[in-house]
Amino acid sequence: MPGAIYAEGLVKTFGHVRALDGVDLDVPEGTVLGLLGPNGAGKTTAVRVLTTLLQPDSGKAFVAGIDVLKHPDEVRRSIGLSGQFAAVDEYLTGRENLQMVGRLYQMNAKRAKARAGELLDRFNLADAADRPAKTYSGGMRRRLDLAAALVVSPPVMFMDEPTTGLDPRNRQALWEVIQELVAGGTTLLLTTQYLEEADHLAHDICVVDHGKVIARGTSDQLKAQTGGERVEVVVHEPEMIPPARDVLARYGLAGIGHGEVSVEDHTRKLTVPVAGGAKLLAEVIRDLDTVGVEIDDIGLRRPTLDDVFISLTGHAAELADEENGGPGADARRKSRKEAAK
Amino acid sequence: MTAATDAVAPPKARGGIAQSVSDSLVVAKRNLIRMTRIPEMVIFGLIQPIMFVVLFSYVFGGSMNIGGSTSPGVYREFLMAGIFAQTVTFATAGAGAGIADDMHKGLIDRFRSLPMARGAVLTGRTLADLVQTALTVVVLAIVALLVGWRIHEGVPKALGAFALLLLLGYAFSWIGALIGLSVRTPEAATSGGLIWLFPVTFISNAFVDSSQMTPWLRHIAEWNPFSATVQACRVLFGNPGVSPSDAWPMQHPVWASIIWSVLIIAVFRTLAVRKYRSATA
Ligand SMILES: Nc1ncnc2c1ncn2[C@@H]1O[C@H](COP(=O)(O)OP(=O)(O)OP(=O)(O)O)[C@@H](O)[C@H]1O
Ligand SMILES: [Mg+2]
Repeated sequence: MPGAIYAEGLVKTFGHVRALDGVDLDVPEGTVLGLLGPNGAGKTTAVRVLTTLLQPDSGKAFVAGIDVLKHPDEVRRSIGLSGQFAAVDEYLTGRENLQMVGRLYQMNAKRAKARAGELLDRFNLADAADRPAKTYSGGMRRRLDLAAALVVSPPVMFMDEPTTGLDPRNRQALWEVIQELVAGGTTLLLTTQYLEEADHLAHDICVVDHGKVIARGTSDQLKAQTGGERVEVVVHEPEMIPPARDVLARYGLAGIGHGEVSVEDHTRKLTVPVAGGAKLLAEVIRDLDTVGVEIDDIGLRRPTLDDVFISLTGHAAELADEENGGPGADARRKSRKEAAK
Repeated sequence: MTAATDAVAPPKARGGIAQSVSDSLVVAKRNLIRMTRIPEMVIFGLIQPIMFVVLFSYVFGGSMNIGGSTSPGVYREFLMAGIFAQTVTFATAGAGAGIADDMHKGLIDRFRSLPMARGAVLTGRTLADLVQTALTVVVLAIVALLVGWRIHEGVPKALGAFALLLLLGYAFSWIGALIGLSVRTPEAATSGGLIWLFPVTFISNAFVDSSQMTPWLRHIAEWNPFSATVQACRVLFGNPGVSPSDAWPMQHPVWASIIWSVLIIAVFRTLAVRKYRSATA
């Protein structure tokens, strides 16, 4: 029995770019899949294929058990979409935007109006509800777009970078909304660049790069793949780095040589993979003290999804461009349009 | 508190004609609201034809021979049907730019992900443009009356002429819809929507007496869909310069006008809706 979102061998090429290169997905009903990947990995393309906006070159896709390629109209009745770029009419007010979407979901005028009011409250837009969306800030538009995706509660939701550009309070609020949705049985596919968000919300994570799924599993499974815990020490003076290194090397997993200890000179930070937990940390502190190394900071660190991401894709999550859905994102969108020529 | 996630089941799609009509009206209303928020667009749309009336009637006024008369008054009466018809075809640019803009801003993606009737986004747009066209025609008629244009065959026939004009404008807005879906920017849609209108409106009976053209040009002009509506308007308004040509569309201009417009709608609506369904921003 395939999940609420199911894809097999999805391929989509744009000219010579293989945006999707054989993607398989299977999201059980009522769970959240976090789709991670660097810029240009193919996340948005996957979402567009699954939401009937784009025809794949080959492969199969089912959403809510319906064949996306054969019955796109029925799929649309079962999904909500918040795309990467807010799709709101900027000359309409927030309220008018939501009412329009409600009407297009075949609600009657009264119901569409009531629903718009609820969502505007829920997304902290009540004060701006009757201003044209043109006057909204980036984050406000984003929230309006998310509200539009939630006008009905479809069984399957797609959110492409939903929290990009939201301030911490609104991000938190959206997380709550998402958790409520999922508690209510909604299946969600979420793409994000904020790995903390995937950690927090997603049951399963798929890491994609160059149109391929390069890793999948729960957040814990992925972290375990990347490696265990390590000790991180920041020493007080640069000249204390060599003695500290000697001490740490003794605790290093390999146990021999200095190779295992990595040093960042400018931050005076030393890192070594270890096994032994808090007890070991106490011993390290004692030994460092014995050799006269003053420490500014010390801690036991578990791998984060960031570490997983970087080790898997070989490069850091390029957040800067996407943050605030800023001009970078806009320019990229333009150049993509050009590329489409 | 849980307002956002209260189970709001998607209502059953009504499907069929009822849903097509209601979805189209929702989109039309949205486009009309937009027009009230960007009044500049509507105003520019009005100024252009008014300028044409004034320029043509005063610049060409005395030098044109219409049915043996070179009186500026006769040319002005002759001209108005042409200007009316040309004005309604400008709806092409409006529809094209509007749809290209929706594509550009990603709104088409929102619409395409909703369980909407197939052609509703485009029908809604062309209906809104029809309202704007009607408004423009009313203003233009007032200006025309001021410069001396009159109707001579009674109000019902004149209303019939206006209906033909609006039908033509509606047909041309479907051409615009296809252009809007085919280009990448609203700017391209505006110019792409306008340039081809010049040959279409000038190789016609709109501004000159087509019977005075060289034969091959005259044939094109007489079979030009645009000319049929112009001729029909002249007949129904009782204005001078009705072409005596025995080409079928010139002999039966009302029927020719209706047939051409319906044909254009049938062809371009089909093409545009197909294009819409596969369009990707
Ligand atoms: N319409 C298009 N025309 C041409 N190329 C495209 C188009 N859409 C996407 N691409 C290309 O396909 C690849 C995947 O793009 P996609 O938008 O899916 O990436 P993404 O993972 O969503 O990236 P980001 O994190 O930056 O949003 C990119 O190389 C992109 O340039
Ligand atoms: Mg993307």
